[in-house]
Amino acid sequence: MKRLGLDILLGSLLVFSFTSLVLLAAGAPVFAAFHNIWLGSFASSMKLSQVLSVWIPLILCSCGLLFTFRANLWNIGIEGQVIMGAIGAMAVLRIEALSSPLLILPLAFLAAMTGGGIWGLLAGLLKTRGGVHEIFGGLGLNFVSQGFILWLIFGPWKRPGIASMSGTELLSHKFWLSYLPGWRVTFAGLLTAVVVLLLTWLLLEKSRLGLKLKAIGQNPRAALLYDISPEKYYLLSIILAGACAGMAGFLQITAVYHRLIPSISSGYGYLGLLLVMLAGYRIGPVPFLALFFASLNVGAIQLPIVLQLDSALSGVIQGCCVLSALFIMGLRLRRKNR
Amino acid sequence: MIGDLPLSVLIASVLAASAPLIIIALGETLTEKSGVINLSLDGTVLFAAMAAFVVAKETDSLALGFLAGGCAGTLTGIIVGYLSIYLHLSQVAVGFALSLLCRDLAYFLGNPYSRIQGPTLLATKLPFYDSLPHFLQNILTQPFTVVAALSLIAILWYFFNSSKSGLELRSVGENPAAAFARGLNPDRIQMVAVLSGSFLVGIGGAAYSLSFKPGWGRPQGAEGIGWIALALVIFGGWHPLRVALGAMLFAFLQVSGIGLQSIFPSIPAQVFQTAPFPLMICTLILMHYSTRKSHKSGLSRSRLQKWLTLLFVSRAPKSLGKSYRQD
Repeated sequence: MKRLGLDILLGSLLVFSFTSLVLLAAGAPVFAAFHNIWLGSFASSMKLSQVLSVWIPLILCSCGLLFTFRANLWNIGIEGQVIMGAIGAMAVLRIEALSSPLLILPLAFLAAMTGGGIWGLLAGLLKTRGGVHEIFGGLGLNFVSQGFILWLIFGPWKRPGIASMSGTELLSHKFWLSYLPGWRVTFAGLLTAVVVLLLTWLLLEKSRLGLKLKAIGQNPRAALLYDISPEKYYLLSIILAGACAGMAGFLQITAVYHRLIPSISSGYGYLGLLLVMLAGYRIGPVPFLALFFASLNVGAIQLPIVLQLDSALSGVIQGCCVLSALFIMGLRLRRKNR
Repeated sequence: MIGDLPLSVLIASVLAASAPLIIIALGETLTEKSGVINLSLDGTVLFAAMAAFVVAKETDSLALGFLAGGCAGTLTGIIVGYLSIYLHLSQVAVGFALSLLCRDLAYFLGNPYSRIQGPTLLATKLPFYDSLPHFLQNILTQPFTVVAALSLIAILWYFFNSSKSGLELRSVGENPAAAFARGLNPDRIQMVAVLSGSFLVGIGGAAYSLSFKPGWGRPQGAEGIGWIALALVIFGGWHPLRVALGAMLFAFLQVSGIGLQSIFPSIPAQVFQTAPFPLMICTLILMHYSTRKSHKSGLSRSRLQKWLTLLFVSRAPKSLGKSYRQD
């Protein structure tokens, strides 16, 4: 426990000094930049709700990734799975014959899970049947889904008159998930994130599924001897991941943007990968780290306006966190082995 | 041929478009031959492109710009090498995190230099330009990066197949323990391979911002190239010539995408730009099956099969991605 505290302190020190160096190199005021990120994420309930609305998709993506990482799969295709979830949701929301939100929203939710799940399954099948490593299959599918969403926005689903990068037409207001009173976060979104978080914990830590995934992840050949089919569990884990990512896509549409935009996934899939790595592939730290990452993302939004700095600073800090954590872990392992 | 591009222009633009990609993919080939995967390519390319443009702009010297790109690449190589070779961390994890970090670092530090004019490496006319037929004039008037990329293919081929150090590097990639028993130092050889490989990747990045897609911005235009290069190395079966041919095929697809755009104006350009990626997946599947078949089938093969084998069968360095611990 004491060592963990020391590690975190050392890691923060590394991240802080590296970020300060980067800021100095850019000729930016170091203190003002950190102060602005803080103000930008926690200064008002408005900012805090923005942080929470980033926290929700991050949680969903990370939970999905926990399944695939447990089976030792690198589900880099999660980005495309978010996009396909959003497309699935939008496809249902656009059906004009259905007008009751009570009917159409659950349907859209299911469609989003299916869209993401199928996209995950594709990457999985490419790995198990096609011999394409999941990193390349997933990346390829990411690009395909990016092309697909652009085609939809500029082609069949374009706004009447003008097609533009700003996305499709806004949804009718009855399909917007309602905000918590006084906040700009939807209750449904928060509920989904918390429920998925709990379910993931149950499945991974308290069920046979978690145990089997772990067996596959650590030694697929030995697992085969215990009559656990690696292919089945690879596919299952990546479908679960895709479904979680699909939910994130659904919420991005119904709770955040209320339309389909080219960057609907906002890079949360890749960010989720970093987050789960930083959490040491365990679920415990995920909610807290997700809050941290979300506040960095939201806090950096106003940097270009206030300090004329690029908002990519948040990504620099996040990436640096992961590398520092890996570095410290490597040092500890080396000392242990000596 | 495609749209209304004349053939000589098509060849010339494929060569120009493939040059940076060839340099990047060959750099990664060099690294992977020693058994280390450097997954940070996508970020490294952008970071090097940014560093090269900024230095070239500030010093007004293209040579210093390219050097800066190479150094930026080497810098990421130091991190990948140290963390994965000496600290035995997962090469994939380190590479992926570093890839995102470098990308954002490039956007952040390059921000003041966005969308401004800077020095650009132009195509040089050959001294005997006027005596050439028009067809060759188009093809042979290229920036220096094309010459560098083409000669790099030959150099690497020679290095892997005919030089002692190339043999040592390959032996470390196949079986580090055996290489160690023969008196080699696997850690050091891998580190050198990572550093020189990432130096080349950096040069390739510089070739983007200084020559092929001059300038800096968000997006720069080199996004996704690193991932392509990684796929190309597999596609090329870790063989310099095949990797380079793959890069040219990819460049051809991108160039013909521009031609197709004029035929289908209703489809946005970005869709055509993503087209090569699914094609890449199909080729990888094809490779998987032909590699498997060639293991199963015996000696008797038709000529066509032999060619297919030559094109698609490949084998990764045996200890690729594995961490080696010296006892």
